[in-house]
Amino acid sequence: MSRAPTAKVVTANDLLLGDAVYLTADDRWSRQHTEAELIDDEAHAAIRLLYAEKQKNTVVGAYLADARQGPNGPEPVHFREAFRTRGPSNYAHGKQSDATGAGPSRT
Amino acid sequence: MYRYTDFDEAFVRSRVAQFSGQVQRRIDGALTEEEFRPLRLMNGLYLQLHAYMLRVAIPYGTLNARQMRQLALIAERWDKGYGHFTTRQNIQFNWPVLQDVPAILAALADVEMHAIQTSGNCVRNVTADHFAGAAADEIEDPRPIAELLRQWSTDHPEFQFLPRKFKIAITGSPNDRAVTRAHDIGLRMVRNAGGEPGFEVIVGGGLGRTPMIGHTVREFLPKADLLPYVEAILSVYNMLGRRDNKYKARIKITVFETGVAQITALIEERFAEIRPAFGGADQALLAEIEAAFAAPTYRRAATDGYDAFYQADPVFRSWADTNLAAHKNPDYAVVSISLKAHGATPGDASADQMRVMADLAERYGHDQLRISHEQNVILPHVHKSHLPMLHAALHAAGLGTANIGLISDIIACPGMDYCALATARSIPVAQEIALRFAELQLEHAIGPLKIKISGCINACGHHHVGHIGILGLDRAGVESYQITLGGDGTETAAIGERAGPGFSATELLPAIERLITTYLQIRDTQAETFLQTFRRLGLAPFKAALYPAEVTSDAA
Repeated sequence: MSRAPTAKVVTANDLLLGDAVYLTADDRWSRQHTEAELIDDEAHAAIRLLYAEKQKNTVVGAYLADARQGPNGPEPVHFREAFRTRGPSNYAHGKQSDATGAGPSRT
Repeated sequence: MYRYTDFDEAFVRSRVAQFSGQVQRRIDGALTEEEFRPLRLMNGLYLQLHAYMLRVAIPYGTLNARQMRQLALIAERWDKGYGHFTTRQNIQFNWPVLQDVPAILAALADVEMHAIQTSGNCVRNVTADHFAGAAADEIEDPRPIAELLRQWSTDHPEFQFLPRKFKIAITGSPNDRAVTRAHDIGLRMVRNAGGEPGFEVIVGGGLGRTPMIGHTVREFLPKADLLPYVEAILSVYNMLGRRDNKYKARIKITVFETGVAQITALIEERFAEIRPAFGGADQALLAEIEAAFAAPTYRRAATDGYDAFYQADPVFRSWADTNLAAHKNPDYAVVSISLKAHGATPGDASADQMRVMADLAERYGHDQLRISHEQNVILPHVHKSHLPMLHAALHAAGLGTANIGLISDIIACPGMDYCALATARSIPVAQEIALRFAELQLEHAIGPLKIKISGCINACGHHHVGHIGILGLDRAGVESYQITLGGDGTETAAIGERAGPGFSATELLPAIERLITTYLQIRDTQAETFLQTFRRLGLAPFKAALYPAEVTSDAA
């Protein structure tokens, strides 16, 4: 079976918190990968990345990451991106300690 | 211990004020990320996978109790209650938020600490032997020179935009505990025929993607010539170093491409040119700094209580055998506190543990602490009569692990659990190895063995100089680990040899076990270390242990 072209999400780090964030279809930055806009079309991906790069006072270092559709929404493909959706493996810190996805309690 | 002068204090405070303004302008939108990034890096602030990371310098690894308590306070107030000590004698806080960073830097300045030049293409934190000022084998305490270099290199106008980062390590002992041969400049104190102390100057060592052992450009440099000589090296590098290619920009490549003889000649030429301009002010300053590093007033008391306790208590004896080193005062010992409890993250200390270590340093250690490049904490001056009480207190705080220099005393970089550059994780690998050999109860039988793990080719985990080095890579979207053998970071420095193809995360631990089992079978005597066995027999028997199937198929 031939592989479908890889879909993408736009991801970056939040300027203030540094946390990984994902661009949604309605132009929000979500802390949840599952809320990201899953982009199949290459040209649309480039446009969405340009949009993200303009959010200079909200996010840092926007880029396109490979993703695929999962049961609860888009899922990361690469292990690096999977770690970014959870946090480190040695402590329950980062997103994994925060099921609501609202980021650290202290802002 | 060196105390900030008014000049140091004013400089650090003004930098905090300057960076606070820069942070505010970034948040307000007056500075773009492109403008802000070099400014934040100059102040040790990185953006990692999940958060910002602040890298704080611990110059030549030296701290007092007050400073350690302040690190604990920072960890609790602005981070997640812990800090990570690194192979460059820095501490990294993994979770600060951007607007808190100015307050953290101000809190550091309150205890004469800073994060200046912990990143960027400048002279980084000067590292030193962690037993400096205490070791029995030491010629002289190297830290006054390290402090002189810190002052000279901080904001040095000529060397703020070098071709690439620049790392200097210094040791006052012939036994090299500071990995001087794998630094841009390594300074190793030696005596000349007349018995005077001076330095062997080693240039062009480094790990990373092109590991190289440094070359000696001067067998003996008088102490009084040290600063102009180091300046001459930097000056030559600043001119010749390649700014066209990031991967060829370190001085090791400059030395390799220019040739050792030629680079030595250029350094000597530049040295002759600038030496007359050093009219002695540096030596006057050095004399003042040296006075600040005077040895503590040693306690004079009997040590027979220690001897009796050593005979009577096997747990204490085991700890004393691994975690103590010889002190220049025979009534004292150098104590290594392991930050490598089996299954813990190498180099991490909780705020509570930092406070315990600070209290113990005050009570038993003349208010001195050191951070080792091996990610442990040292109490350099402990009277032997205090060791049983010290051990009991450490044990109660989960800091009594008796494993210094053994298989579970692993160096591991943060790897892909934190680092944006990493290609694989390091920490879980270290945790698994430590737990497995603790479970097998083999580590004391195995003896001295250094495992060093890096999560990418930049080699922050020093894997090239590990007796067993592990390098984590991304192979087609899967974590893969390459093993190198026979590396050595001491005065007999060597780069480890690659054993063969990499192992998956699940194959790695069994591979390490096969390696160790083989070593135990083929070592000459129980006293022959892993490294000695490797040097006697070479790669072949270990390769056969790592890749048994291939050997079988070759034979078939």
